[in-house]
Amino acid sequence: MAHDLASPPTRNFEIVPKKALPIVGIVLVALVVAIASNKLWAIDFFHVVGGGLWTAVDLFVGFVVGPILGRLSIPARMEFSMKFMPKMLVLMPTLVIMTLAAGWQLARHQKFILSSDEHHGWVVASMIVVGVMAVIALGILEPANIAVLFELKKPQPNGELIGKLMKRFLYTAGITGAMQVATLIIMTRIATL
Amino acid sequence: MSANTHELGQHAPARKFPPIGEISVAVLALVIIGGIYVASHLPNPVSLTPAVISTLLATILVLVNVALLSHLEEFAWKVFFQVAKWSLIAYGIIAGMLEYIFIFDKVRGSALLLFSSILLVFAINIPIHFGFSVARHQEP
Repeated sequence: MAHDLASPPTRNFEIVPKKALPIVGIVLVALVVAIASNKLWAIDFFHVVGGGLWTAVDLFVGFVVGPILGRLSIPARMEFSMKFMPKMLVLMPTLVIMTLAAGWQLARHQKFILSSDEHHGWVVASMIVVGVMAVIALGILEPANIAVLFELKKPQPNGELIGKLMKRFLYTAGITGAMQVATLIIMTRIATL
Repeated sequence: MSANTHELGQHAPARKFPPIGEISVAVLALVIIGGIYVASHLPNPVSLTPAVISTLLATILVLVNVALLSHLEEFAWKVFFQVAKWSLIAYGIIAGMLEYIFIFDKVRGSALLLFSSILLVFAINIPIHFGFSVARHQEP
């Protein structure tokens, strides 16, 4: 037991979890089929499932996991990150493309993309919120995530660098979490207009 | 240095690099602004000029980034290409999905050409950004 506590975390992990890739492939094929079939239920399913999970994960990571992670020691953060971040690397882009692709089709189906439609303003607002989130997530959060994983792979990781990058990850996760509140407001407005 | 970081070993101070990361983020913002502008006006006919300007600016900035990268000496190119390759696969698929949707929705002509250009710049910029952001922290 004492040995387990003292031993450094194993560096033998995959940055991109290859076992998850077939699942991603299946989801993407199903998404293409749903769009091609033009069936409202299938499109709505992908948008609601993808969007619900995307929002929930962002809120959970931004406001629950993030603050806890920020208070852990660097070795504990490293151990957690080695298991957590590779999964996020595969999960988040899949949820985002599910939500956006199906969401656009849904808006087209319901005619929300027409500027004459009363929902149009809210749809544009959602595009702007997603755009800002994309700049933050792809510009800052995701590169920090990948850089941490590469640093953790080294025999002697740079703790200072990991701490700096993790801080960046945690702050941006908090910002995207907060922006998801705006998404919730917009989506519930669209659904009830 | 704290006890925790000390245990992880001593490391050389961070190197100074040209603003490749900052330029990539600007490219990202430009393509997203252009994309939202066109998407928010579809299917109505609209002046594409603002989106064309933002896409041209983004393209120029990507070329600037490529030039800056090509002048880097002692850089972790192996890691750069490793990250860029995976990012290109992932974000190429995402861009391809979006392209498929616009074609499926019968977006044609100059609007489709503009969307395709935006997606192409996006799919090229992300691998550069991710590759550089990771490789800058690696030993050459």
